[in-house]
Amino acid sequence: MTIDIHAYLAEFEDIPGTRVFTAARARQGYWLNQFCMSLMAAENRLRFKADETAYLADWPMTDAQRAAVLARDWNAAIDQGGNIYFLAKIFSTDGQSFVQAVSTMTGASAEAHNAMMIAGGRSPDGLRSKKESR
Amino acid sequence: MARITAGITTSHVPAIGAAIDNNRSAEPYWTPLFAGYDWTRRWIAGAAPDVVILVYNDHASAFSMDFIPTFAIGCAEAFQPADEGWGPRPVPVVKGHADLAWHIAQCCILDEFDMTIVNKMDVDHGLTVPLSLVFGQPDDWPVRVIPIAVNVVIYPPPSGNRCWMLGEAIARAVASYPEDLNVQIWGTGGMSHQLQGPRAGLINQPFDQAFLDDLTADPARLRHLPHIDYLREAGSEGIELVMWLIMRGALGADVRQLHRHYHVPASNTAVGHLVLEKP
Repeated sequence: MTIDIHAYLAEFEDIPGTRVFTAARARQGYWLNQFCMSLMAAENRLRFKADETAYLADWPMTDAQRAAVLARDWNAAIDQGGNIYFLAKIFSTDGQSFVQAVSTMTGASAEAHNAMMIAGGRSPDGLRSKKESR
Repeated sequence: MARITAGITTSHVPAIGAAIDNNRSAEPYWTPLFAGYDWTRRWIAGAAPDVVILVYNDHASAFSMDFIPTFAIGCAEAFQPADEGWGPRPVPVVKGHADLAWHIAQCCILDEFDMTIVNKMDVDHGLTVPLSLVFGQPDDWPVRVIPIAVNVVIYPPPSGNRCWMLGEAIARAVASYPEDLNVQIWGTGGMSHQLQGPRAGLINQPFDQAFLDDLTADPARLRHLPHIDYLREAGSEGIELVMWLIMRGALGADVRQLHRHYHVPASNTAVGHLVLEKP
């Protein structure tokens, strides 16, 4: 069974509040994500923490990508081609957990987000499809 | 001859590893999650596998944007726990089974699955958290482990059907290995979760429970579930569930469910766990 790649990719844009990490996003975010990988080495984490702006200047990223990193604005970073598993290297360097980092993308406090998770998480109802509002 | 005797599925949430490593597993938040693995810990002591083929995904640890293999098999003698940004987990080195791994790689390639052979690879929470859940905190892991790393980060990941067929090919490869070995295959990751964007925190318990049901009741449905269904129903990271189908394909048509556990939440994730046995 051959899948039409254009239709396959187009469907991803129909999911509310979600950016699927497609080839286009991977290409857009290449240097942002490679910078994140550099933080897997302890000596790089020290250098980054000592002077974030100087450290970022060594990477051929866009200004918008650098600004998103400095602001720890994960939604903006993902809009600029970042992927959460790469961005995790930044918030791990900050000593933050996935719950703490993820909650900042939803507009809720970490406490409110955690309480929602304990209560069973966010329902998919209404969040499956923009077109079909289901 | 070597034989696959059983399969395990489990989520591999990093916070579970952190709870174990920091001795927080007795906290009320975590006790219901870990209680569901007590049965498995007793069972595995008796089942005593020689080798676990552990299907997992690398989370931008061994594989950056430099190389993105769809199916990679770890053929090294040993694999170090990865430093994912907060230092490596304090867990034992993972000992491989290079001879069986190379055998599987060769057989799968001749069987038209073009595996990427990896001789140097650090293994992240995707591989070590399942080992901790099942074996606890030993000085050495009591099994040899063959890592099978699957790309589920950059789209497109492999289809569920392709994963299933790889599982079948792995089972054929194991069956042609001359040494008498008790081999298990574990499929890890999932269940529903989304770690990004305004929809983060999505959990879909009916989807997850149906997925757990159908691994024994109707695996053909799962085999042909398209990626978009995982994305809409189980969240952007729920796609990890395709890796469970490699495990399921390797077990063959008939399986018996020995144990089942489901818990929400671990961090942002719904945790599902099955132990399946070949009759």
